[in-house]
Amino acid sequence: MNQPIKVEKTLTINKPAAELYRFWHNFENLPHFMKHLKQVKVYDAKTSHWTTSGPLDGTVEWDAVITDDRENEFIAWKSVENADVDNSGSIQFRPMSHDRGTEVKVVTEYNPPAGAVGDAIAKLLGESPKQQIGDDLSRFKMLMETGEIATTEGQPKGRK
Amino acid sequence: MKAVCWQGTKKVEVENVPDPKILNPRDAIVKITSTAICGSDLHLYDGFNPTMKPGDILGHEFMGEIVELGSGVKSGNARNNGQPLAVGDRVVVPFTISCGSCFFCNRNLWSLCDNSNPNAWMAEAALGHSPSGLFGYSHLTGGYAGGQAQYARVPFADVGLFKVPSELTDEQVLFLTDIFPTGYMGAENCDIQPGDTVAIWGCGPVGQFAIRSAFLLGAERVIAIDLVPERLQMAKEGGAEVLNIEEVEVGEALKEMTGGMGPDSVMDAVGMEAHGFGLEGFYDKVKQAARLETDRPNVLRQAILACRKGGTVSVPGVYTGFVDKIPMGAFMNKGLTMKTGQTHIHRYLRPLTERIQKGEIDPSFLITHKLPIDQAPHAYEIFKHKQDNCIKVVLKPNEAA
Repeated sequence: MNQPIKVEKTLTINKPAAELYRFWHNFENLPHFMKHLKQVKVYDAKTSHWTTSGPLDGTVEWDAVITDDRENEFIAWKSVENADVDNSGSIQFRPMSHDRGTEVKVVTEYNPPAGAVGDAIAKLLGESPKQQIGDDLSRFKMLMETGEIATTEGQPKGRK
Repeated sequence: MKAVCWQGTKKVEVENVPDPKILNPRDAIVKITSTAICGSDLHLYDGFNPTMKPGDILGHEFMGEIVELGSGVKSGNARNNGQPLAVGDRVVVPFTISCGSCFFCNRNLWSLCDNSNPNAWMAEAALGHSPSGLFGYSHLTGGYAGGQAQYARVPFADVGLFKVPSELTDEQVLFLTDIFPTGYMGAENCDIQPGDTVAIWGCGPVGQFAIRSAFLLGAERVIAIDLVPERLQMAKEGGAEVLNIEEVEVGEALKEMTGGMGPDSVMDAVGMEAHGFGLEGFYDKVKQAARLETDRPNVLRQAILACRKGGTVSVPGVYTGFVDKIPMGAFMNKGLTMKTGQTHIHRYLRPLTERIQKGEIDPSFLITHKLPIDQAPHAYEIFKHKQDNCIKVVLKPNEAA
């Protein structure tokens, strides 16, 4: 059995909580800024299907269900029973006073099984899951605040 | 297109590379008419910034004509009188990349933009937090391809690109991209009061603008310190009294010149490389503890010791890592204030352009060399070694060699 992985990360985003909540609540938006998600398909108000973007044979999929949902404040979700990867997550939106935006806190937890699927997850998350969640959250902030995600991929360069 | 590429320590090459493309909706492509080599490019040239990679396109002081706009470049901004950008506009490009909508941009702290550095993780590991992305200035600040090239891609064009008045020449407005505002902010950070004397270490391009800016901001006297004769001469032409560090003991001389008080404010316009301060192995180490080689930040030390009690230390000079043996006792017991930062270029574009239009300053005084882009390797060498009286080189990338 692999160790459970739990990470928390907080970031302040210069947008109203309602706007951030709305965007995140549509899980199909998550792959825009979450590097390791290839696709999320929303089935209905509660359930969705998540696919990671690992190497070909390393792709992992699961169904998830929303377990708690308070408008403009909080969303929690978890994988359904018997999913390949037992995982859960939540996001909290806390408006700041004095025009200082919204404090966003993300918590994710994975309980990867032993074997190939567990190894694929471990590979996907790399050595620093906290770093990766942090980077995802930074990209969420960029997208919300500026409408795009800063990149240099595809720019010209000289010979290496 | 042709571009000046970093290929290792003391090695730049003019290479043919693909033209830049629009990558994000708020990008623009600028055809570059004039581009300069900055003293901070020499930090890269000398290999002092370990997050450079071979093939990186250098340059962060550039201007030109908009040839393409992304679909998301729509709104104007106050700096451009609310006028939206259009293909064909003649613009200068701030070296700091700023989104215009984060906490910091909203507070006029443009060089601290939260959203323009795709490698923020690297900067956060090294500095605690990430400054804005910068053109042509290492991967720590985004690794954006720079402007010593025929074309450049400019992110957040709707925020950064500044339309320049047609009656002003490239040579008059080019330095709005960095060194004029940098010298000006360095002087602003001196908190100049009527009757003040400002001492400025470093008579390179930033120091030259700092001297003139200090006078624009009401300084009574400016004392400029360097060791290169032609730079001291240029400082003198800007109205400064000058000290050659090879000829006098600077601290003692400053005290004598100011009736024993010391200068009201002091400025380090030299930075990390003055005395062999160096970083090594930085890129590999940001994930762990940074291992740094430090040397003697002589200028900063000397400036702190020279400053009068209750005075201000302004640091426009660039530092990347750690410095040893800062005289904190002097700093604390004399009740000094330090102000620093990468320049908030956007803040200064309009007011400084107006000063140029009014004839209060003509930034073109600084230029000693105009060369075609093919001569960039030669230009780096003469600038580095201060040969041929070189103080500032401007390259013309789209003119025939």
